[in-house]
Amino acid sequence: MNPLEVLKQPWPWYVAGPLIGLTVPTLLILGNKSFGISSSLRHICAACMPANIPFFKYDWKKEAWNLFFVAGILIGSIIAIVLLPNPEPIKVHENLANDLAKYGITDYSHLVPLQLFNWKALSTWRGFILMVVGGFMVGFGTRYAGGCTSGHSIMGLSNLQLPSLIATISFMVGGFAMVHLILPYILAL
Amino acid sequence: MIEQNVQEKQTTIVENHDFEVRSLDAMCVNTSQVEQKWYSNLKYMAVGMIFGILFVKAEIISWFRIQEMFRLESFHMYGVIGSAVAVGMLSVWLIKKFKIKTIDGEPITLQPKKFNKGQIIGGIIFGLGWGMTGACPGPLYAQIGTGATVILITLLSAILGTWVYGFLRDKLPH
Repeated sequence: MNPLEVLKQPWPWYVAGPLIGLTVPTLLILGNKSFGISSSLRHICAACMPANIPFFKYDWKKEAWNLFFVAGILIGSIIAIVLLPNPEPIKVHENLANDLAKYGITDYSHLVPLQLFNWKALSTWRGFILMVVGGFMVGFGTRYAGGCTSGHSIMGLSNLQLPSLIATISFMVGGFAMVHLILPYILAL
Repeated sequence: MIEQNVQEKQTTIVENHDFEVRSLDAMCVNTSQVEQKWYSNLKYMAVGMIFGILFVKAEIISWFRIQEMFRLESFHMYGVIGSAVAVGMLSVWLIKKFKIKTIDGEPITLQPKKFNKGQIIGGIIFGLGWGMTGACPGPLYAQIGTGATVILITLLSAILGTWVYGFLRDKLPH
């Protein structure tokens, strides 16, 4: 296989994980920036609709680097999908595929299951809950927790912060509860 | 007299406000002392681009991968997060040990995080949302980039969620 073909395949965890870990020292050395992504949502609030709420009354321009960073993520994902598209369907565990088939999810052409997440589905209960309610909980929960997977689980744990470990465990508790106890009912809607 | 006192107090709060408010969540509080032009931010965009490519190619933004993680059907995400944390820990330790400075020669500072109940309550709320959307905030941006444009709605909803948190902040247990 030529190198380009190899790059088009899904990258293994032992390549991606260490490279993500290197983001921590890279941002620190480039400009003393602590890695964190959910803060970008707060800066957008501060920039667009601070509404006199103390939590959003700060000079967001001082944190503009964070918005450049997330803009970079968006551009990078377009580059990956245009220049390095994976021609194969996404491989998932057999049990997952069997369970999802029960709810009519059979399309593995995209990393996001387009049968669940599409514009038309927004007006169904299932789509509304997954996209709108789910998104709200991600934004509300990460800010309430003071960080997300990047700020707590990667940056916080790298700096040996106990609150970040507590937050990470809470993320996992919520995720396990959703996937095992609640999501089957949402998917059945 | 009392009124004047209150007013004075308010002035002081406003003066220190910026750093105070931004440090509330212990993220992104380090302001460089060196005057930077706007285009110095482009280097962070470059790092973000590499990050975005990694997110897509390692399928970290895949809804299916997140389901597999919570169903314990794949080691992939545990491997990604585990090895990222290991490399991050080693890097932070090295930075502290050798007192490595930024490229502008400034000392690197790390803010300790304080415990509050939000890390548990908010953490669980985020976890529930993570299991539904299959995305934490970073992957939301990348999912849009891969062509799932409807995720823009999920992102806007996440911004609204952040705003509502800011609005209710004083009434929530911390």
